[in-house]
Amino acid sequence: METTFEKNSFKSEEYFINMGPQHPATHGVLRLLLTIDGEIIKNVEPDLGYIHRSIEKMCERDSYQQIVHLTDRMDYLSAHINNEAVCLAVENALGLEVPERVKVIRTIIAELTRLASHQLWWGVMGMDVGALTTYFYGFRDREMINDIFEETCGARLTMNYNIPGGLMFDIHPNFVQRTKDFVAHFKTKLPEYDTLLTGNVIFQKRTKGVGILTKEDAISFGTSGPVARASGYSCDVRKLHPYSAYDRVNFNEALFTEGDTFARYRVRIQEMWESLAIIEQLIDNIPEGDYKTATNAVIKLPKGEFYQKVETARGELGVFIVSDGKKNPYRLKFRSPGFSNLSALKKMAVGSKLGDLVAMMATLDIVVPDIDR
Amino acid sequence: MTDLIKVYKINSMTNSDLQTLISSWNSELEFSEAESQFLNITVKPEHLHELLSQLKSNTETSFDYLFCLTGMDWGTDLGVVYHLESTTHRHQLVVKVKTSDRENPTFDSVCDIWSTAEFHEMEVFDYFGIKFNNHPNLKRLFMPKDWVGYPLRKDYVDEVNMIIK
Amino acid sequence: MGIEQNATPKDFPGQIIPAGNGGNITITTLDKVINWGRSNSLWSLYFGTSCCAIEMMQTGAARHDYSRFGFEVARPSPRQADLIIIAGTIVNKMAPVLRRLYDQMAEPKYVIAMGACAISGGPFYYNTYSVVKGADHVIPVDVYVPGCPPRPEALLEGMMMLQEKIRTESLKHKVNPIDGFDQGL
Repeated sequence: METTFEKNSFKSEEYFINMGPQHPATHGVLRLLLTIDGEIIKNVEPDLGYIHRSIEKMCERDSYQQIVHLTDRMDYLSAHINNEAVCLAVENALGLEVPERVKVIRTIIAELTRLASHQLWWGVMGMDVGALTTYFYGFRDREMINDIFEETCGARLTMNYNIPGGLMFDIHPNFVQRTKDFVAHFKTKLPEYDTLLTGNVIFQKRTKGVGILTKEDAISFGTSGPVARASGYSCDVRKLHPYSAYDRVNFNEALFTEGDTFARYRVRIQEMWESLAIIEQLIDNIPEGDYKTATNAVIKLPKGEFYQKVETARGELGVFIVSDGKKNPYRLKFRSPGFSNLSALKKMAVGSKLGDLVAMMATLDIVVPDIDR
Repeated sequence: MTDLIKVYKINSMTNSDLQTLISSWNSELEFSEAESQFLNITVKPEHLHELLSQLKSNTETSFDYLFCLTGMDWGTDLGVVYHLESTTHRHQLVVKVKTSDRENPTFDSVCDIWSTAEFHEMEVFDYFGIKFNNHPNLKRLFMPKDWVGYPLRKDYVDEVNMIIK
Repeated sequence: MGIEQNATPKDFPGQIIPAGNGGNITITTLDKVINWGRSNSLWSLYFGTSCCAIEMMQTGAARHDYSRFGFEVARPSPRQADLIIIAGTIVNKMAPVLRRLYDQMAEPKYVIAMGACAISGGPFYYNTYSVVKGADHVIPVDVYVPGCPPRPEALLEGMMMLQEKIRTESLKHKVNPIDGFDQGL
């Protein structure tokens, strides 16, 4: 029996695959509907809502102090910065002036949070592209920051330490010394991170030239944070609309122009160095004073609309409060950075391979409860 | 540090300059600065797309960054609020549009002007039921596909799931 | 030779299980061995939805290490896992997915509900339309670990409590927790 083999007898068809809600590489419950042709991706469509907890509807019936408690759980890796956003919005609306001590402490704690978030990102990024060692290194260093927070704020992850008007209690006497010890320790560890991943040939081959996002696309898709800065769009809220103590520290903005996965990686490593520099400038000169200004027990914002932007570890978080004079907001909207960053995934991913998609998702650094709110 | 901030804000127009320029394009706009930190423009639904494309393409305003698209239920009216920023001049603006049709509210989509609007408009459709013309993929985003009702409207009642306090 | 049966007192609480003429010694020893094996090698499924997932990852990392207790690796596939740690809030859209994952796991399977959201809806109890008020509306739960989020040490205590529970199981009187669950028993 002869079998004839025709030259084009293998037809390729598109194949629909579901990268389901429960998946180790999606950083949360995100469902991606992929249409692939072999290994090449033709279409990516995210399906959200698997952790939609209707926070915006809850906020319409909560008082402002309760809203701060809920923002911890949205983007839990930069919990302090989320709290700070709502507190700043309320304080600016009321025209409240917080003491200098509060501003400096808020900035130091925000930079520590950013460091903790980037450490976890680095650990998980290595794990996603196959290097499991980085997971343990990243978490080991993160534990030191968790200890500092636990001593001062009382909790490791959802701290709820910023309140409208100031801080919930004063910092622990050991805070300054422990932070200085941590900074000295981490400065010896960060070059180790470079040795493990940045200079690694396999890692570079997996990330250079992958998932390119041009500057025009970055602006049109509304991206912000490290994703936009790696494409050349300078958008650091700490520099453009400074808040708390950012107007008195010197730091550089990490900008690269290639727009690929490796550039996004390098932006975050550079941001870790800048955070260490900011903490060093502030830690020795915390001004004396009160740790909060008194507010009423029931906070009522005047009638109007208020918008506050802050820079979280993921990008620009915006809080939009529409108030009609009562003690609950009329409408509260959180402009989440992950939502806009995720909308750029389709542009980046179409045409590349399935393994590259995982590397791209790791550098987008999305936290799904932040998107779903 | 302040010189650095000046370098970032090149040719930033003040609110009154923006108001003079934009009111010369369309005479039916309402401007207001009360109760807000930005200049607010209220536009009629039929002029929405034209105004927003002009805001992006004009070189003096060049609002090319849409950073927040919010759906609103003002009690009797439904509407959308757009927060715009310019990446070159660094000025900011708010545009609002309203309709009193609660059965079938429809506006023009701005996906062709800013690509970020695609996801945001799906979210507004999901929460408020506002439809957008010319949207490539308008469907529910966060709620399950067979959910009935629009949750963030003020008259939404859900006896089964919500425990009100 | 008649062996008189001992009369059971009238107010004896509980049920007396007959010794069975020596045959049950084999089964109880087998029970001990099997339970020892099962409790010391529970492999958990990667299932973290929100903030508690970070504390679960910290429990697996270098400082508090759950692989000392036998939970060596976390498997991504439900077919290869024995234990689901529900870390995070369960939402209406996610509930059928969770049920399907539980059904795909092979017996014996166990469930730990970690954090306030999985126990009863947590901070998202009032005024929400989309949160399931407790994961035990969807699947039967063995151990509840309270906290928001619970410390890694608290999760380790919950896991050890589960190991204790497994050691007291018996082959003869096995009750499958999913029987009658859907009917509300």
